[in-house]
Amino acid sequence: MKNRTLLVYACFYLAFLYLPVLVLPLFSFNNSAFIAFPLTGFTTRWYGALADSALQQALVNSLRVGIAAALLSTLLGLLAAKAVTRYRLKGRNAALGLISLPLFIPDIVLGISLLLLVGTMGLPLSLVAVMLGHLLICVPFSLAVLIARFEGFDRNLEEASADLGEDGWMTFWRVTCPLMLPGIVASLLLTFITSFDEFLVAYFLSGTEATLPVYIWSQLRFPARLPMVLALGTIILAVSVVLVVLAEKLRNQGVKKPMVGA
Amino acid sequence: MADGGRNLRHGYALIAPTLAVVGLTLAAPLALLLVASLKSQSGIGFEAGWTLSQYGDVLGRESYRILFGRSVLVAAAVTLVTVALAYPMAYFVAFHARRKFLWLILLTIPFWTSYLLRVFAWKIILGYGGVINSGLLGLGLIDQPLSFLLYNPFSVVVTLAHAWAAFAILPIYVSLEKIDRSLLEAASDLGDGKLRRFLRITLPLSMPGVIGAAILIFVPTTGDFVTPELVGGPAGAMIANIIEMQFTQVGNWPLGAALALVSMMMVAVIAGLFVAAARAATKAVR
Repeated sequence: MKNRTLLVYACFYLAFLYLPVLVLPLFSFNNSAFIAFPLTGFTTRWYGALADSALQQALVNSLRVGIAAALLSTLLGLLAAKAVTRYRLKGRNAALGLISLPLFIPDIVLGISLLLLVGTMGLPLSLVAVMLGHLLICVPFSLAVLIARFEGFDRNLEEASADLGEDGWMTFWRVTCPLMLPGIVASLLLTFITSFDEFLVAYFLSGTEATLPVYIWSQLRFPARLPMVLALGTIILAVSVVLVVLAEKLRNQGVKKPMVGA
Repeated sequence: MADGGRNLRHGYALIAPTLAVVGLTLAAPLALLLVASLKSQSGIGFEAGWTLSQYGDVLGRESYRILFGRSVLVAAAVTLVTVALAYPMAYFVAFHARRKFLWLILLTIPFWTSYLLRVFAWKIILGYGGVINSGLLGLGLIDQPLSFLLYNPFSVVVTLAHAWAAFAILPIYVSLEKIDRSLLEAASDLGDGKLRRFLRITLPLSMPGVIGAAILIFVPTTGDFVTPELVGGPAGAMIANIIEMQFTQVGNWPLGAALALVSMMMVAVIAGLFVAAARAATKAVR
């Protein structure tokens, strides 16, 4: 009985989640510059309008920031996760607390304080500054994903490697890394998407080098550009779906057969 | 064997780069934020001396107090609504869904579209010529489009409850999934009814997920100026809108810095009190 009520609730909840998201593709194919009902006909011309050099530059900027932030935060997350799961560090909780601290600070505060830093040091606003801000936001996520993965596989494998004469780094690269691969890929994807979609920090720090969300924000002010923005959103949605399905598959694989030797 | 002194040094060496990067990119900017908040603006630079006048302004002006109050209330409402709506959903997936993986994918897909566009979509839904008004007009239930749907704190809460849904569903799901099922059987065997069992076993054991979700939603919501600007209207403006303006149009960085620091402290205190209260309540139930 109760299961049925819950199932009905779950369906309503899914509708609540999907209704706004489905509005984006709907109006991106609507042959009218006004985002309102009734629909007036089918067109793909808004997708043609995406061939815009400012948009493409913003896309390239977002890809560069996203890839750099994903690689760096995953690397930093990997080192820190290894340290806290494999060594009995003193001050372990303090270290984890510091690394997780950005989760407790509103993004706008991270954005403006980095803006102050860049301004005080006399540096130009740039994608590097945006990437640093994204690093702060992404490292806690990387760390959480990777700690779970480190805890998921058998420590004896590393000890066996050490007993067989490999030093710390060789063990790390030849035993730990391959076993960590699903976690590493999941961390890369999660942090990339987080950075790719991040707006508040990029808004303050990107200067003249707009990232994609900053570009979208600038376009939301012009009603005539809205259908084109919705077309862009539809494409982001389609690509994200592919990435998320891939990430979830990898993560799940990791969860289901973590005990290689146990 | 990994606990010897030399090995322990390896451990510290491993975590050092991460601590250094996070520490420096966090500490230096926040220190500068504090410095800036103790200055006053002159032209495009700061005056030489130190002053507490920004804090006097921030704490003294009624319009700021209203915005602080509204930000906290809206963020609290968003957190409450999002968690309350997500809990049964997560419960369903954890305990009753046959194909959990499929459900989790379905629940996370809407979350991975552009945040700005997810917020903007609600403008299309709640707007004058939007989905709801067109639907009601088409059904003949209303003669005039309803104008009260958009541009108020309510539309901000609805929009954000949607935008942050995944941040509630996933942590709650994870904590429900971790619950040892034999505890539930034990409770039933010892005579607890379904409701009593839920209140005494399931809910307390899932509290870490609920607390995590609440923090993950409450903190960023207080610092969001996008949603109030797109769907909030003048009556839905929040403190982040004013902070943003100080760093862009107005160009009063010291005031913006003081506003940001005060709201950061406020968020930290409220979040800390909430976590302490939730933990105490969980203990009391068990």
